[in-house]
Amino acid sequence: MPGYLDILAARFPGAFTTSVFRDNQRVVIPADKAPEVLLPLLRCLKEDCGFDMLAELGGIDYLNYPNATDRYCVVYGLTNLSTGQRVFVKAFTNDPEPELPSVVELWRGANWMEREVFDMYGVKFTGHPDLRRILLPHEFAAHPLRKDYPLRGYGERHNFATVTRAES
Amino acid sequence: MALTSLLPDFLVTKLDHVASLLRKHSLWPMPFATACCGIELMATASSRYDIARFGAEAMRFSPRQCDLMIVAGRVVMKMVPVMQRIWLQMPEPKWCISMGACASSGGVFDTYAVVQGIDRFIPVDVYVPGCPPRPEQLIRAILDLQDKIQRTGTIDAREFADRSSYEGPTSLAKELSPQETIVAPGDYRTATRLRVPLN
Amino acid sequence: MPVDAIPATDEIAGADQEYLYTLNFGPQHPATHTTLRLILTLDGETVVKAVPDIGFLHSGFEKLGEDLDFNQYVTIVDRMNYISPVANEIAWHHTVEKLLGIELTPRCKYIRTILAELARISDHLLCIGAAALDLGALTAFLYAFNQREAVYNIIETASGQRFHPSFTRVGGLMADVTDEWVELIRKFIREFPKAHADISRLLNRNRIFVDRTKGIGVLSRDDAINLSCSGPIARASGVVRDLRKDEPYLAYGELAGAFKVVCAKGGDCYNRYLVRMGEMLESLNIVQAAVENLPGGPVNVDLNDKLTIPDKTATYRSIEGLIQHFELFMWNRRWETPIEEVYGANETANGELGFYVVADGTGRAWRARTRPPSFIHFAVFPDLIEGHQISDVPAILGSLNIIAAELDR
Repeated sequence: MPGYLDILAARFPGAFTTSVFRDNQRVVIPADKAPEVLLPLLRCLKEDCGFDMLAELGGIDYLNYPNATDRYCVVYGLTNLSTGQRVFVKAFTNDPEPELPSVVELWRGANWMEREVFDMYGVKFTGHPDLRRILLPHEFAAHPLRKDYPLRGYGERHNFATVTRAES
Repeated sequence: MALTSLLPDFLVTKLDHVASLLRKHSLWPMPFATACCGIELMATASSRYDIARFGAEAMRFSPRQCDLMIVAGRVVMKMVPVMQRIWLQMPEPKWCISMGACASSGGVFDTYAVVQGIDRFIPVDVYVPGCPPRPEQLIRAILDLQDKIQRTGTIDAREFADRSSYEGPTSLAKELSPQETIVAPGDYRTATRLRVPLN
Repeated sequence: MPVDAIPATDEIAGADQEYLYTLNFGPQHPATHTTLRLILTLDGETVVKAVPDIGFLHSGFEKLGEDLDFNQYVTIVDRMNYISPVANEIAWHHTVEKLLGIELTPRCKYIRTILAELARISDHLLCIGAAALDLGALTAFLYAFNQREAVYNIIETASGQRFHPSFTRVGGLMADVTDEWVELIRKFIREFPKAHADISRLLNRNRIFVDRTKGIGVLSRDDAINLSCSGPIARASGVVRDLRKDEPYLAYGELAGAFKVVCAKGGDCYNRYLVRMGEMLESLNIVQAAVENLPGGPVNVDLNDKLTIPDKTATYRSIEGLIQHFELFMWNRRWETPIEEVYGANETANGELGFYVVADGTGRAWRARTRPPSFIHFAVFPDLIEGHQISDVPAILGSLNIIAAELDR
């Protein structure tokens, strides 16, 4: 067991489970514990265990996934620059009102990545300085990467005026 | 030009012929390069497949100074009002080349965000297939456009004045009824999103 | 419902903001490398605040990743960082093969390494060429594009298309390479250093270029780490991290002695330019070492593995090949994947390109998330531009190498 997992288990007993697949070490926080535990756990990893770089922040929608218990998951991939270790913290949250604490105070690079998760999934991040859509137009009304949104959309892409040759 | 209505027809056709000849050999492209096709457009403009041989190397990025808009790359919903406004800013006579599969029909991207062909929103003259099209294909498109200009060009662009009907693909734009669509994207006639949208 | 794209500027101390001028550096502009938009608040010529507005090329890549299987999605992944497409494919299949637990043949590893390094050279050439073009140096742009044509030739010989080759497959490559390909690479290795020297002579000590890039857009080491930067941008700020050395994949472990990692300390645009120039020469060393030591043998993993596409001879002439082809291509069949998820990253020219693939037992990804280096680096831009002048905007944008398709996906 890597040493930092012992530190985490001592400080946050029972708040997370761990697993390993290929060379990814995962720390999974279920939806009922995520709002209180996530930020202190990440802060502990950053300051006490040496994981100083946030490599990745992505969202996943587990609707109808085999053996899924919660719906939305946000994956935080951390890297320890001095040892090269990586750890992936997965925090879950559910409908309605999916929410997670924002980690912008720990890593400023999370700002845009959290905005993108909000844009694509609708997961709100409490404490984020500027949570608004980043990739889609502001007036877009849906969250496209959710599993119940169709690939081809609901016709938004066709909804524009046409310019003919005579207009100049 | 009022002059053309005063001159006898055989002189006007001669003037048209000369004007088209001059215009086709000095097309100034407006490179509306969005994605990968933009790189092939840049490659066409570089030394190996020199587009300057055809008079089209003056790629001015100001639409007011160009007469050929080359839409190179996929156009997404957020970009359509921008593209339309640039098209309208170009002075007559103007032509449009839709370069690549994504601009012509949506290409590989049949998704919620990419418009399935810019000819749904802008009148297009020449389509270039390919993903991305080789520079030789783009040069062929320019040559085809030169032929088209020679055949149909007029000195005062009067050939465009009557074409007020929609020329794009027929089975399309409103695939869903207005009640079913759930978003009202920005209209190119309004300003940018800094203002309150007109609902 | 007011839509305010610029947050309130009240925090600018002491100002009544009448004299501040908002300039829209719109999505269509020669110096924005394709479609990005910046809303600049200017005090005369000095940029007080820059708010980026992106998404003008958002095409729904990740939604497509849930709809296409692992071999089909490589065509889409190509179109992300369209300046070095082969690198994206290699990164994607690296992650998928990690998920499926496939070990590649040595020949395939070496060929993929060569292609990845050629893609890196081609990416840096375009970045430097376009940055120079934005600053006014047209000749460097043409020289760079000439060399890129040589790289296109090589890729075309291998796969048939200049770029977007969709060359990799799960467990191997689309086709093996020929001796002609090796000869073309040797020719490129002979001729590239001269072009590189030409570009260096044009730009390295060019008074205008140096004045416009030295001291501009300084990114400190702590900022680079906090803002998740990677690749040449982080290395130019002093973060010594390169996935090719730290987490070796493909043939980089065996070729570790052939190349060094180029770093710098200053973190300004000029340092980023120098790091990229240095990396191109190191990449050339890797290509040379790999092409001289190219192992023989098959390029695709063994047919009995049931995960690779058999070649046409086997498909048409043997029943096992036909069955395997059928099993892999028909809609209701395909691979069986573990119900697991994995993150795999490669060091591309822009930085750490990672994919987080969640599989659900079928042949399609449940989620194919891209960790886009351009997106993360563009978030750094407002910090870099504050206090500089408006003519530094193209210099900084050029040095950050923002590819709009990777930015927006």
